[in-house]
Amino acid sequence: MTLADQAPATDLAAQRRNLLFQVMWNRLISIVEEQALTLVRTAFSTSVREAGDLSAGVFDPQGRMIAQAVTGTPGHVNTMADAVPHFIADIGPERIYPGDVYITNDPWKGTGHLHDITVTTPVFRTIDGEETLIGFFASTAHVVDVGGRGYGPDASEVYEEGLRIPIMKWAERGRLNNDLVAILRNNVRESDQVVGDIHGLAASNETGRRRLLDMLEEFALDDMGDIADFVFASTTRATLDAVDGVRNGTYRNEMVVDGYGEPVTLAVELTVTDDGMHADFTGTSPVCGLGINVPLGYAHAYFTYGMLVAIGSELPNNYASLSRFTVSAPDHVILNAKHPDPVSVRHVLGHFVTDLCLGALESALPDRIPAEGAGALWNFQASARSADPDDPKPPVEILMFNSGGTGARPELDGLTSTAFPSGVRTMSAEATEQVGPIVIWRKEIRPDSGGGGRQRGGLGQIIELGPTDGYQFDFSAMFDRIDHPARGRRGGGDGAPGKVYLDDGTPFSGKGKQIVPAGRRLIMELPGGGGFGDPVERDAEVEANDVAQGYISP
Amino acid sequence: MATTDTTSTGVRLAADVGGTFTDVVLERPDGTYASTKVLTTYDAPERAILEGVGHLLAVEGAAFGDVVQFAHGTTLATNALIERRGARTALITTEGFRDVIETRTESRFEQYDLDIVLPTPLIARKDRYTLAERRNARGEELLALDTDAMHRLIDHVGNAGYESVAIGFLHSYVDPTNERLVRDSIAAAFPGISVSISSEVSPQMREYERFNTVCANAYVQPLMASYLVRLRDHLIELGITCPLYLVHSGGGLMSVESAAEFPVRLVESGPAGGAIFAADLAARYGRDRVLSYDMGGTTAKITLIEDFRPQTAKTFEVDRTARFKKGSGMPISIPVIDMIEIGAGGGSIASVDRLGQIRIGPHSAGSEPGPAAYSLGGVDATVTDANLELGRLHPDTFGAKDIDLSPELARRAIAASVGDALGLDPTAAAVGIAEVVDENMANAARAHAVEHGVDLAGFTMIAFGGGAPLHAARLMDKLGLDELIVPPGAGVGSAIGFLVAPFSYEAVRSFYTTTTDFDVAGSNAVLTDLTNEAMSFVQQGATGDEQLEVTVERQVSMRYVGQGWEIPVMLDEDSTFDELAAELLTNRFTKAYEEFFGRAIDDLTIEAVSWSVRVSTVVPVRSRVELSATGVSADLELNTRSAYDAVVGDRIDTPVLDRGDVGVGESVDGPAIIAEAQTTTVLGSHHVCTVQSDGTLLITRTARQEVAS
Repeated sequence: MTLADQAPATDLAAQRRNLLFQVMWNRLISIVEEQALTLVRTAFSTSVREAGDLSAGVFDPQGRMIAQAVTGTPGHVNTMADAVPHFIADIGPERIYPGDVYITNDPWKGTGHLHDITVTTPVFRTIDGEETLIGFFASTAHVVDVGGRGYGPDASEVYEEGLRIPIMKWAERGRLNNDLVAILRNNVRESDQVVGDIHGLAASNETGRRRLLDMLEEFALDDMGDIADFVFASTTRATLDAVDGVRNGTYRNEMVVDGYGEPVTLAVELTVTDDGMHADFTGTSPVCGLGINVPLGYAHAYFTYGMLVAIGSELPNNYASLSRFTVSAPDHVILNAKHPDPVSVRHVLGHFVTDLCLGALESALPDRIPAEGAGALWNFQASARSADPDDPKPPVEILMFNSGGTGARPELDGLTSTAFPSGVRTMSAEATEQVGPIVIWRKEIRPDSGGGGRQRGGLGQIIELGPTDGYQFDFSAMFDRIDHPARGRRGGGDGAPGKVYLDDGTPFSGKGKQIVPAGRRLIMELPGGGGFGDPVERDAEVEANDVAQGYISP
Repeated sequence: MATTDTTSTGVRLAADVGGTFTDVVLERPDGTYASTKVLTTYDAPERAILEGVGHLLAVEGAAFGDVVQFAHGTTLATNALIERRGARTALITTEGFRDVIETRTESRFEQYDLDIVLPTPLIARKDRYTLAERRNARGEELLALDTDAMHRLIDHVGNAGYESVAIGFLHSYVDPTNERLVRDSIAAAFPGISVSISSEVSPQMREYERFNTVCANAYVQPLMASYLVRLRDHLIELGITCPLYLVHSGGGLMSVESAAEFPVRLVESGPAGGAIFAADLAARYGRDRVLSYDMGGTTAKITLIEDFRPQTAKTFEVDRTARFKKGSGMPISIPVIDMIEIGAGGGSIASVDRLGQIRIGPHSAGSEPGPAAYSLGGVDATVTDANLELGRLHPDTFGAKDIDLSPELARRAIAASVGDALGLDPTAAAVGIAEVVDENMANAARAHAVEHGVDLAGFTMIAFGGGAPLHAARLMDKLGLDELIVPPGAGVGSAIGFLVAPFSYEAVRSFYTTTTDFDVAGSNAVLTDLTNEAMSFVQQGATGDEQLEVTVERQVSMRYVGQGWEIPVMLDEDSTFDELAAELLTNRFTKAYEEFFGRAIDDLTIEAVSWSVRVSTVVPVRSRVELSATGVSADLELNTRSAYDAVVGDRIDTPVLDRGDVGVGESVDGPAIIAEAQTTTVLGSHHVCTVQSDGTLLITRTARQEVAS
């Protein structure tokens, strides 16, 4: 018996049914949170456990996402929702069996670069004596390596960026695809960790599958059909209601950022209708020959994230909410990279899409939209290698996540050294030094780096670090906002631009492979956020406190 | 509670100073309890304690001199942190790291809120000072401490009016020399200033957590030290000359001297008492897997207790500012009983969000104005209002003497807060509120179990605190548990817990080594140091016992190289590592990992990150009580009232009994409502309750039932 069979005899019965659906919806969210938690607990990848670079969700048999765990990265917001229909189409509905597990890292069918592996598991349940497909669990995590050149922007085609796994079976009817495991093991560095993380993804889906079956048993349901209908109907109402708060119209914005070698223009035309919001990226610069290009799905995610935070932080991520936010772009603009464009570090430009689209909404929501912020993370990613060729030492990989300041809000200052739109956390300096030949000499607020305004931009930070123990750093810079600072809004000043140089004064480029020699220190001054409103309107007491605390110079 | 004649010797006292009430419990020589609740006196918390103590002793006919032990737990340190009422405090740290406690994790605890406000650091930037000095992760000196600069800084700090100083240097958990040098120099120049150093307060790797912990300690130290001295002096004046012990966050007792030195260890001591209470009951009833569920006016707390020991953690957050969200508070790295706290109490407020869903909390009506039904001006519907509307609470049987429950006000608030927005009648809206709060608690319990790698199947629930027994049977169903225990004295569980707590101390330190290059001598030295440290604290507390019987638990936190999450591996009580240590640890870790995650990973190096030793005195095992779910049907004149039953899905005539009227060995079939002074226990129509020999209620299901119709 399903709930649908229990026809509402009275209004009261219908009311109570809705309450029950709410309880079950909450339970589904709790199940996907548990699925994500399982993944964080077992992950080897630093970016998964420290930065929450993962996602988990549950889907109906048509591949429509019913619930998604809230994790650290908006980059998976739509990409995850769109992935499962690709799996269904590519595997073929007739080849979906109980005990199967599917996999891909295709940047255009998954989450935008090869390092993200998405694993999908079908859920079957015996209904009237027959094994029936009732849905899917999917999860995505960033793995430590996928072969190729290693993580960095320097590839000129995606072929150089590593192994590409088309949608295929990781396991069929419970039997592991050992051929694929062998190919992986022979093509990636740290293969134990990579294969371990894929097992972790499959295990987290399995956790979700078991919990779902328990729940259906408990509520005496055959499948998720009625719950999905309820979730989609409630969400559609709330989403349209939220969109209704934004005046219909067409809004434009442009932002110029550093790019790689030459500046990149990001352009958006945003159309708001009764039915949703659409972003078109025509006017954006063409793809470049290096791996900072962005697949459209990833740009879509950061656009949707920006709209969700602007219009309604309570809206859940599911098929009904996300399908109201659509994107388009001409082929091969830098926000719509196509195979075989290189896309490895698509996050740098992808992170600017949120500020770009929020900026377009300024006239529609004048008291809501913050100034621009530092945007892209300033990750320090280096291979420590022996500085002396005659004294070989094992190379050590070092990864630090660092954030500049966010843009000032209409009523609040920007956040100092805080990630936005990414949800990344930084790591402890002591823990980083415990793992590799590195000393971090300074990691401190950078005074005077926030744009002035009625509300001040968030401050960036200064980081000073160097190799030790006879090592040097081969490091891959992926920094932006060095030539193009975060712009203030409504009379607010720009944030300070970023700077990268050695302690002897040697300037460094913001992108690409460079060497920090033994004995030298690298100094990174991270950009600040833009200010909001006229600086003369700033509260005198607040200003005096900024001086007293040393946030700004007297 | 029945009064018995106490002999003139040997009563033990416990006082739990909470946010609203100060609970005082007296244990008579025969092991029974008497208790009283007094309103907490914020300006001088000792006043309420002394009032409660005087009252209880008078009622019991005992003299001040009869008190042989006094155990005390307090939220004073927690409140000082939350309300920022601590001392004027400076932080001295390594040059380049002035802002560690301000930049935090560089992340937002709420992903979808543009207007997020991050917590203000405990010590403002202008009060944070740096000194040139630096050690690396191995403790080697990279930059010597500039002693001239140190003396100049100390002069400045000493003359600037700071009452307390926190010192935190990078990697001081490996080598504390510089922290000690600065501390000693301050003490020599300005003996009136309190000084806390991170290598003593919390010698664990990760500067943000360690610095924050030492700042918190320094911040509350002057306040706590003076309070503790005042309390002790007052007790002595009265003639209570027995030792005064403080309950720490790890669930054990410590001396007043230790507490005054490390007051940050008193944070969360009240809830820790509740967990000890539950653990003691678990041992008494021989239940080795227990979920302890404590629900009060503002929050619900859930703790897992395995083998009669509450789960512990090495870090927790105090003052979560936003919806109890992880990351919205300040981390404190000390050994603590691990509990999940959610905004689900009797006073938690219900509302409807833009999705048309009922939300509970995190805001609470507290005790002022309280739930709408209290008639004290509250207009928001709360969980208590829903329980009243559903017939689970009733004006005639509600415990609090001064409160007249108004069903009409509750009903109006439910309509205004929830019913009108959703088109629900008040009963349906109240069902929604109760279901959502129960579901929230169930989901939190499940998530907590996952974090601990625990499957809840087969767990027994122990429910206490004023609100828990109302919801516990339903929660038991939702979690698929088969057994629920509602002990006597549930309303003052934390204070009773203080009386059964051992003297204990857990010493923790970060020390890094791997299984491929295992540092045998270093590991042995760390374990010896930690054991000596913990032992000396316990001996300081437990003076008087000539033959101190203790247990020593040693543990190391390990993970595969590259992972970020350690799992605990137990070591033998008195073993010393030799050349086989790496193999032994690899085997134990692999086994523990399989238990957590189902499968281990071959051929990866394993690293040991942090080590801990817990020394505790052996508390005599109290007489075991055999639980029995079979009883004689109680033969009582039953009143009934209309109350909602979650299984039937409607209001039904429900018998209402007084807990005192059901005798030992008697059983009551659900549906039933069992009222007592401090709480009410609700049975669904498929539950049965049997009164045990010590008065505990044991609740089970009559048969496996679908719980969700």
